[in-house]
Amino acid sequence: MRLKAITAAVLIAGLGVIGVAIAAEDGTHEARSALMKKVGGAAGAMTAIAKGEKPYDAEAVKAALMTISETAKVFPDQFKPGTETGDKAASPKIWEDHEDFKARAAKLSADADKVLAQLPTDAAGVGGALKTLGGNCGGCHEKFRIKTE
Amino acid sequence: MIRRFVRYLLCLVGVFVIGGAVFYFITAPNALPESHWANLGDPDLKNGEMVFWTGGCVSCHAAPGSEGDAKLTLSGGLALKSPFGTFHVPNISPDEKAGIGTWTLAQFGNAMKRGVSPNGQHLYPAFPYNSYARISDKDINDLFGYLKTLPKSGNVAPPHDLPFPYNIRLALGGWKFLYFNDEPRVVLAPTVDDKVKRGQYLVEGAGHCGECHTPRDRLGGFVANTWLSGAPNPEGRGRIPNITPGSKTVGSWSQDDIANYLETGFTPDFDTAGGSMAEVQRNLARLPKPELEAIAAYLKAVPSH
Repeated sequence: MRLKAITAAVLIAGLGVIGVAIAAEDGTHEARSALMKKVGGAAGAMTAIAKGEKPYDAEAVKAALMTISETAKVFPDQFKPGTETGDKAASPKIWEDHEDFKARAAKLSADADKVLAQLPTDAAGVGGALKTLGGNCGGCHEKFRIKTE
Repeated sequence: MIRRFVRYLLCLVGVFVIGGAVFYFITAPNALPESHWANLGDPDLKNGEMVFWTGGCVSCHAAPGSEGDAKLTLSGGLALKSPFGTFHVPNISPDEKAGIGTWTLAQFGNAMKRGVSPNGQHLYPAFPYNSYARISDKDINDLFGYLKTLPKSGNVAPPHDLPFPYNIRLALGGWKFLYFNDEPRVVLAPTVDDKVKRGQYLVEGAGHCGECHTPRDRLGGFVANTWLSGAPNPEGRGRIPNITPGSKTVGSWSQDDIANYLETGFTPDFDTAGGSMAEVQRNLARLPKPELEAIAAYLKAVPSH
């Protein structure tokens, strides 16, 4: 009985480890999308405020901008040499023109920092900030992201 | 023996000549007469500009890599790779020598709606006249007027680089016979409202959305009953998504979500347009919101795949 319980516990723990390993392994499609989803979530929180669906909240705007800034800083680490294959959504151009790829990520981060330094004080300001930041999203996806479905 | 052979040969030649004549008769370039294009009046340049952004002429005809206002110089030169060879996009700026500055409205209209060049040859359907055939004559007149207001360029694009048999323009008559028409792509319920009809006009005509979003057979014609159901990316890896109500992604978006995406580039879950669609979206964002809403309404009304 006890043996069974231990076995079960070990198996469950093992699955958990595998699960974490899959979620956290750098350079995979999953890890890359997870970071992009964080940026998307932050953009979503700001959009809700810009559209008036949620009241203006300085802390929420700040948190969203910090998420974008920090995520953009670490995002290129997901594309180290040796991770060129296996992610159908990642264009080979990421590695062919890696300097541009990194520069674009750095620009998004810098743009977010700039907005942070002069935090918008109302919904319209948040909308304006989104326009500045949003151009980075589309520009990078245009060149480096491949649609798979 | 020799005489019989000669007779056989003559018969064979005769068959080819007659066959060729019949082929030509059926598939000769079929331009609309000069009179069709008369009496359209002065162009409405504002509307012409909207047709221009709906069609996204700049995406192919601007100089590759140009940005901002430089995009309005339609100097051509982009190399379009396809399974049939490489097409070099022509200069359509109003330059008299290198562009279309000397063209008449009839010549322009017949290129747009019939795929026939001013010297009476078939144009390659890489230029999407198989969609533009659905554009109204008024919109063609307005667009032509607007194009004339854009800057001139003396750039001359190289000729298309196509292997045999795709380099035979005459053969395009066969392609047109098989695939070219100006009928609606899908039959909508007679009860649909005007918004959906306007969306149909924009998507199936100037917008030429189906050119990428619909799968093609080996001769480059649309596969029947697959309208807007997604296709391999003609530019290489990946796929152009299914945008019918049955799509795993776009299918779950509301009508507002679609219109909002076309306006801002953001999907409902805050991903953005990418690849070639990024520029298409930027072009469409120039249209008034009701036009984008009409496109969205139509995409909700097409058959699900």
